[in-house]
This record gives sequence, C-alpha cells and structure tokens, in this order.
Amino acid sequence: MESPALIEIKNLKTHFFLDEGTVQAVNGVDFSIHQHKTLCVVGESGCGKSVTARSILQIVDQPGRIVEGEILFHRPSRSDNGSETTETIDLAALNPRGREIRAIRGQDISMIFQEPMTSLSPIHTVGNQVTEAIKLHTDMLDDEAKEHSIELLRRVGIPRPEERFDTYPFELSGGMRQRVMIAMALSCNPALLIADEPTTAVDVTTQAQILELLEELQDEFGMAIMLITHDLGVVAEMADDVVVMYLGQVAERGDVDSIFHDPKHPYTQSLLKSIPRLGVSRNRQRLDSIRGMVPDPYNRPTGCMFGPRCDHFMPGRCDAINPPAIPLGPGREVHCLLYEEE
Amino acid sequence: MSAQSTNGFEHATETNGSAAAKDVLLDVRNLRKWFPITSGFFRRTVGQVKAVDDISFQVLEGETVGLVGESGCGKTTAGRCILRAYDLTAGQILYRDHDRKMVDLAPLTNNEMKPYRQQVRMIFQDPFNSLNPRMPVIDIVGDPLRINKVAAGKELEDRVASLLARVGLRPEYMRRYPHAFSGGERQRIGIARALALDPRLVVADEAVSALDVSVRAQILNLIKDLQEDFNLTYLFVSHDLSVIEYICDRVVVMYVGKIVEVAETEELFAQPLHPYTEALLSAVPNPDPRMRRQKARIVLEGDVADPANPPSGCYFHPRCRYVQERCSQETPALREISPGHLAACHYAEELTLAGVTASGELG
Repeated sequence: MESPALIEIKNLKTHFFLDEGTVQAVNGVDFSIHQHKTLCVVGESGCGKSVTARSILQIVDQPGRIVEGEILFHRPSRSDNGSETTETIDLAALNPRGREIRAIRGQDISMIFQEPMTSLSPIHTVGNQVTEAIKLHTDMLDDEAKEHSIELLRRVGIPRPEERFDTYPFELSGGMRQRVMIAMALSCNPALLIADEPTTAVDVTTQAQILELLEELQDEFGMAIMLITHDLGVVAEMADDVVVMYLGQVAERGDVDSIFHDPKHPYTQSLLKSIPRLGVSRNRQRLDSIRGMVPDPYNRPTGCMFGPRCDHFMPGRCDAINPPAIPLGPGREVHCLLYEEE
Repeated sequence: MSAQSTNGFEHATETNGSAAAKDVLLDVRNLRKWFPITSGFFRRTVGQVKAVDDISFQVLEGETVGLVGESGCGKTTAGRCILRAYDLTAGQILYRDHDRKMVDLAPLTNNEMKPYRQQVRMIFQDPFNSLNPRMPVIDIVGDPLRINKVAAGKELEDRVASLLARVGLRPEYMRRYPHAFSGGERQRIGIARALALDPRLVVADEAVSALDVSVRAQILNLIKDLQEDFNLTYLFVSHDLSVIEYICDRVVVMYVGKIVEVAETEELFAQPLHPYTEALLSAVPNPDPRMRRQKARIVLEGDVADPANPPSGCYFHPRCRYVQERCSQETPALREISPGHLAACHYAEELTLAGVTASGELG
C-alpha cells in the first residue's frame, strides 16, 4: 500500500558551531519521504525545517555541519535489463564538496528557494541558467539543451518561452521567476524536489498558481516533493504526510488528515487554534494564542522543548525527560509524555 | 463619473444604520499619488506610475477598516499618503479634529502638520528595520513624548514604563536595545511607540505579516484590546485576508491603484460583488485537508497589471473570467450596489459570485 521510502532520515543532528556557543539547529530528527508523495515540514522560524532540508543536499552554511545521524537515499536507477533497482546512499556521510553529492544535487534531488530574485543569477539570462543544469548532468548538445529548456519553460507556464529564454531575471515578475526556478529544478527529472517556502514571497493569487503547478507537475513527472512552509493552509492543500517541528526536533508526524483533525501534540493543537480561518473567525472570538515565545537557541529548555509554553506541563517529568518518539500507528508518532504507556 | 461615485459613497454611510451613529474620522476623497518615471540626462518625465489613482473612502470613529490587495496595488502608498509621508498628487484627506471640525491634511506644510502627527500614528511591518538599533527602548518609545514636549525626566520614564506594561513587555527592560528582543516583542515596542502620544487614528501597515503564527495571534489580540482601551480607529493595511476578516469591521479591496470593492467584512466575505475579490478569496489556502477536493479554486491567469501601463477599460479585465466586450472599453465606476456595499464592476448586479460561508467552505 504505502509507496516505498525514497529518503529515510534517522536521528539527524546538524549543529552550528559559533563563538557564542553551539546552536543545535536540528537535534535528532527522524522521518521518511515516500516516492511520488508530498511531505510537508511545518514549524515556526528557528525550528530547523530549512536546515533539515539543506542537510539532505549537504548545503548547510558554514559553520554548520551534520554531526550525527543518517540520511539514506534510496536512489532509483534502471539497470541494463530494464528492471527498477535502488541503490542506497547515506547522504550524511558524503563529503559536502565531493563528486558524489554534486552528481546528486540538481539531478536526483533538486531544490527551489523562497526568494527567486536572490537565488537566480542577476547577470545571466534565464535560458543560460536553465541550460546549465541540463548540460551539467546530461550529455545533450547545446541545441538540444536549448530546445529542452524552452520546452520546460513552456511546461511551467511561461508564456512565449522562446522570447523569455533571452531575458534576465529582473525583467520577470516574482511568480515568473519562481516558475523559472521550478523549470531549472525539474530539468533533470529529479526523484525528489525540495521546495523551501516557495510561495512565501509571492502574492496569494500567485501562490495559488504555483501550488497548482506543483501538483500538476507531480502528477506528470512523479517526483516526491518535500515542501517546507510555515503556512498551515498550504500544508492542508498540498500534503500527504506532515512533520511538525519545534526547536530542532519533531513534535509530531503523521498523515495530513490526522494532523489536522486529530492532533496529539499540545504544540500542534495550539498552533491549529491560533490561526485565523476564513469564515470561521468571522464571529470574532479571540484567537487562542500560545503564550510566550520560541526560546533563544542558546538557552534551550531542559526536557521537552515545548514544556515552558505548554498547557499540559507536568512538573518533574516534562522538564526532566526529552520525550522519545511514541508510535501511534503506521507513519504516525508523537513526541510527548502525555501519550506514554504506563 | 468619479464625482458620482463619491456621492454614492456618502450616501452609503448615511443609509447604513450602524454607521449613522458614528462620526466620520477620516474622509479620503479622490486621492491620487503618481510617481513620475524619468529618463535621460535631464530627468525628463516619460510616464507616470499611478500607484494610487483616484480612491475615495471613509473611516468612522472607533472602527477598523481593512485595506487589502496584492503587492503593487497601492495599499501601502495610500496609507503613507494619509500620514503625509508622501505628498499627494491630487485629492483631499479630511480628518476630524479634536474640536470636531474637518481639516484637509493634504495641503498642510510640515509645520502645520505637527499637531496632527501626534494624532495619526503608524505601526510598521518589519519589526527589525523600523526600530533604531542604536537606541534603547526608553528612547524609542519616549522620543515622541520628548519631542512633542509632553513629558520629560521621571515622568517620561513612568509613561514609558506604563506603555510597555500595557503592550505586555516588562518595564525593567526599557534600557535594553532592540537586538535583545524577539520579533514579536519588537512589534510590541513598535506598538508602544505608536501609542505614546495618545493617537486617535493608527495606520497599521502589514503589522503582523512578518511574525510567526503563534506570535501573530498574540499581537492581533493585543491590537484588538488596545482599540477598546484607547478608543482607537485603525486603518489596517494587509494582504492577508484571514487576518483582515478577523480584525476589520469594513474592508476596502484595491487592485492596481483603484478601489474595486468596499463592504462590511461579513458581507464582503460572504457575498463578494467583484470578480477580483472572489478570486482573492478562493486563492486563500484553507487549513483543512478535507476541504481540499471540495473547493473549486479559481486560478487567475497571468500577473497583476503594471501600474505604469495599465490595461484599457477595467484594469482587471485581462484576468477576469466573466469578461465581456464592454470591460475592455469602459472603465467601471465604483458604485453602490446594495446599501453600504460598493463595487467597481459593470456586471456586479448580474454575477453570482462565490464567497466564504461560515463553516469555511466556499459557497
């Protein structure tokens, strides 16, 4: 039933070693991404969702590095007799500057970023940037690569792609730039597309266009999508599976319906209560807010990370034990002592 | 046509039962703000970006009016014109003074503006860039008091302390610098600064857009509480429709420098009359996965029109799904369709558009 796992992340820890101390940006994260499925990682700023994604591609900024854990990538490949096989690579163990990871980036796993203006080169044309990825990973000739890029630009909904091929990013609107990013990311038909807040910087009508496009492309190309966002509305629209993160750890994970309709972790519960909803908040009761704020990364609480803000805080337990994963079903687990078996 | 629309507007507020009891605090009439495009050595003007193009609306005392639209629609420019941070190209900004007289803020010089700058204040979007990193909180919040000679010395310190306490910050922290505070706390400092001079009208420009979900709810609740305590009137500029719905009494929808629809919040969300409002509502992702397959999302074609070179007729017509031939030729005026509900669409009466029902579904 469940499609096979493409990426399995086991006890991933990515820390940043700064003069002021060590920031445990990702501190023991486990989850997996399944083939052809959309996984949404949701959390507030500083919860480590972007660093987790960057760890997969080994593009964590200095002075951060992966200190522990495995990222198993089950790379689908077609053998000579046509049968599908997978080889398993531990991405966490690869040298970030090595040949192997560079062959995976952009080909098997590609990524689109939040701000399409800063992630595209301002001094190269759109066409130049899209063809570069193709030429790097395939042995297509210049003409073929150009044709393929124009086809891709057309596929992501850019009108008159032959003309746009020679334009510079500043000549395009935010939505169009994000489409160019998507075309680049899809140029080598990746098995996984990581999208880090792809619609945060664009307007709501453009966001609807981009999300729709991602869904269509997933149907067509069959890639898995890892979507990182803080917007619970986007999660509800796009996700098959959801991982809720808080302060470098997974709070809860499961399929999208149980996360929204049967949330277990107090953080997920209060997060869902604190968002204004169209139509629902019209009777204008107060929003339930989570008290306090996300703690400073240098002063992480002891025990459960959410403890100091939690309404179900149990003194003596929550501040002593960092809750382990408590399984609730297939693919569903919560990190909270409330659900511990006696 | 535009004179007629202004008349229709006044009529709207008079006939509206709940609005009749309140006085108009701010009456924006035919506001225009064009930015020239210059080129060449002599900076010759070759065109105009019509950021705000002939908009009129009113804000009643004690209410919260939302100004909503996508980037480039002129909502921020309109807010800044009201504060006179920009000089207007044309139009009037009538503001009701303490002695109940309507004063036009538009032609006033900087010196003449001074007393009104105490009464009309602003909360900014970015809590990181809008606070001076080299000033401690006591100066950030206290400077308006000092400059306007409202308080000094020990009294100033007491006022700052009580303001900080009111917005939920510990007064002991007043000697700290902004970097010591988180985003939500900084936004509270910005709110305390806006409240320091006991304003009557507060323009909040995307005041919660830069904040995290859990903190956003705290700030929205604070903004609501302060309205009751200080009898404030808000002009709430935002692109986020769910926030607008939560906090506003009436909503003004803008598209490429023009107002396309004005209505009470409940009515606008339940029964939009302009196709752009409908598309905007349908584009908001619904935080319920079970609604995913049930709703027909309207995906607009293309991009927002360029305000330097807008399309002919109705600015929305190239993206509108109900477009008729007339739409590309005639610019629709903002007119009253039902009491208190204005829309700028030729076919506002004929179209049946989908809003958001109370259960969050698209009806």
